[in-house]
Amino acid sequence: MSFLTLTDITKVFGTTTVVRDFDLTVEAGEFISFLGPSGCGKTTVLRMIAGFEKPTSGTIRVGGADVTALPASRRKIGMVFQAYALFPNMSVRENVAFGLKIAGMSGREIASRVDEMLDLIALGHLADRYPYQLSGGQQQRVALARALAPRPNLLLLDEPLSALDAQIRTSLRDDIRRIQRELGITTVFVTHDQEEALSVSDRVVVMHAGRADQIGTPSEIYNRPTTRFVADFVGQLNTFTAKQVGPQSLHFAGVDVGGLDLSSVAANSAVTVALRPEAMSLNRRPTDTQSLPGRVLQSSFLGSVIRAQVNVAGTPVSIDMFNRAGVTVPAQGAQTEVWFAHDDLVILPESAT
Amino acid sequence: MSRQVPVLSVVIAVLGAAFFIVPLIATFNFSLRMKRGELSFEAYRSVFESDVFVSVLSFSAVASMLAILVGIVIVVPTAYWVRLRVPRMRPVVEFLSLMPLIIPPVVLVFGYVRIYGTGSFLPMTMTDTGTNTLLVIGYVVLSIPYMYRAVDNGMASIDIATLTEAAESLGASRLRTIAFVIFPNIRSAIVSGAFLTFSISLGEFVITSLLNRPGFGPYLVQMGQDYAYQPAALAIMAFAFTWTCMVLMEVFANLKPGQRLLRQRTSTSVEKALP
Repeated sequence: MSFLTLTDITKVFGTTTVVRDFDLTVEAGEFISFLGPSGCGKTTVLRMIAGFEKPTSGTIRVGGADVTALPASRRKIGMVFQAYALFPNMSVRENVAFGLKIAGMSGREIASRVDEMLDLIALGHLADRYPYQLSGGQQQRVALARALAPRPNLLLLDEPLSALDAQIRTSLRDDIRRIQRELGITTVFVTHDQEEALSVSDRVVVMHAGRADQIGTPSEIYNRPTTRFVADFVGQLNTFTAKQVGPQSLHFAGVDVGGLDLSSVAANSAVTVALRPEAMSLNRRPTDTQSLPGRVLQSSFLGSVIRAQVNVAGTPVSIDMFNRAGVTVPAQGAQTEVWFAHDDLVILPESAT
Repeated sequence: MSRQVPVLSVVIAVLGAAFFIVPLIATFNFSLRMKRGELSFEAYRSVFESDVFVSVLSFSAVASMLAILVGIVIVVPTAYWVRLRVPRMRPVVEFLSLMPLIIPPVVLVFGYVRIYGTGSFLPMTMTDTGTNTLLVIGYVVLSIPYMYRAVDNGMASIDIATLTEAAESLGASRLRTIAFVIFPNIRSAIVSGAFLTFSISLGEFVITSLLNRPGFGPYLVQMGQDYAYQPAALAIMAFAFTWTCMVLMEVFANLKPGQRLLRQRTSTSVEKALP
């Protein structure tokens, strides 16, 4: 039985439809991310789950109960905001205690729960500081503790890392995931950063123009994008226009490639095929099954990775190779072979827009 | 080249300062000369000795306090609601809040007397309580431009929308959000507005006089007509009072959360945090 269910959600602001036909089921304890560019409707969906916006149509169920008409204050959700939103007039301790006081817990219960939460975020020593005396990362951890203190049904994170600098972003991201696992709380995380979404989530919802384009595990999203948008948005991609030349073969980059599963492609329609930079190599690897001829345009040595730009049948292709024994930096202008495995070829039918 | 002293600017600054300071010094000096041939605070003593002084001052103080309370109750929820729900209406509400500066108090009070006078549907001026109520309402109206501006600026300095949502997600009702989250965070703005209201209404003359209330403003004017030294003493005290209000406003405006006016109480903040 799924814990959070969104059915047929549509949201219209004035004349613009920002979310349309949105369906999603989230299992209890799952960490799910909404990933998409700004304006794709991901924050609006989150705000509807929180109760800050009312869906124009559709229903939201949490733990089997319909909460669509319930105000935010009665939904038992914990929310963390991009701008931290700590109460400036309260100390760290008072901020964390706020939800517990509202819930009418006794003084002793509140004190022990607050200590527990401050231990969880490892900020017990700052309990009597005020928000203006804390760094951004510390404030966001306090905000997380405050959201979790009243034991909410759901944890909602609205771009919680966007305002932080890179190093803190990574460590807080891992902290959030660790705490989420420890508490087993169902979590919805909104971000426009694909690395963030892929690294912490059980499943990712890639959103585009108010729709869920693809819902899947991070590896499904990255390795098997089902729409052109997902393929473009998540990771870097080299694309070729291809022509179907047989029931299982396509012609692209000047060669015929056979043995492909073309069941998703309508007969005689245009097809785009795509390859990740790391799926290709200039040296044949044991798993590689196919090669394309090309000429090296440019190459750079980045330490762990060697990056090459290769002209393959007129298309500049970017290739990332791990720097290991036997891999040399290719010389500019050299003729070469670009190797890849059939399995790594992403086939995007024209209809998958 | 060494910097030249800007002679003209200095002269203008000195003249400008003298324009304000010399009459003040003269008034102060005059207020000390009630006893012939010596400087004394005799005029101040005689002012404080007067029963009338104490009664008019306390009357005006109470009326001003009530005006502050009513003003806060009207302005804070309005400014909050406008910012949160109808931000597009802010310029309109701001303009409305400035109306009392455009409409002279004498027009306002004549309006009151006509609408609520004898023979009207609500003859408030027939009773003392009714007239006092009108007086407080008049003070509230006069102070609204200042109160609204102070509170609205206070709200601009915090992210009201997000703080409200944060409080709501933690289960707080709208009323609790205003009481525990919004109100404390704009406290210094409210205090500033309150001091402004107080300094405006305490010496207010037009409304108080035309409603025939025993307030401080009419008393000042009456004293000015009847005595020589006491009005000077009163004027100096009024200045001192206004400046004290200004200083207190500055102090409260710069107060950080958790900081107390007096340092020695910092140790209590820990106990306070534990409910």
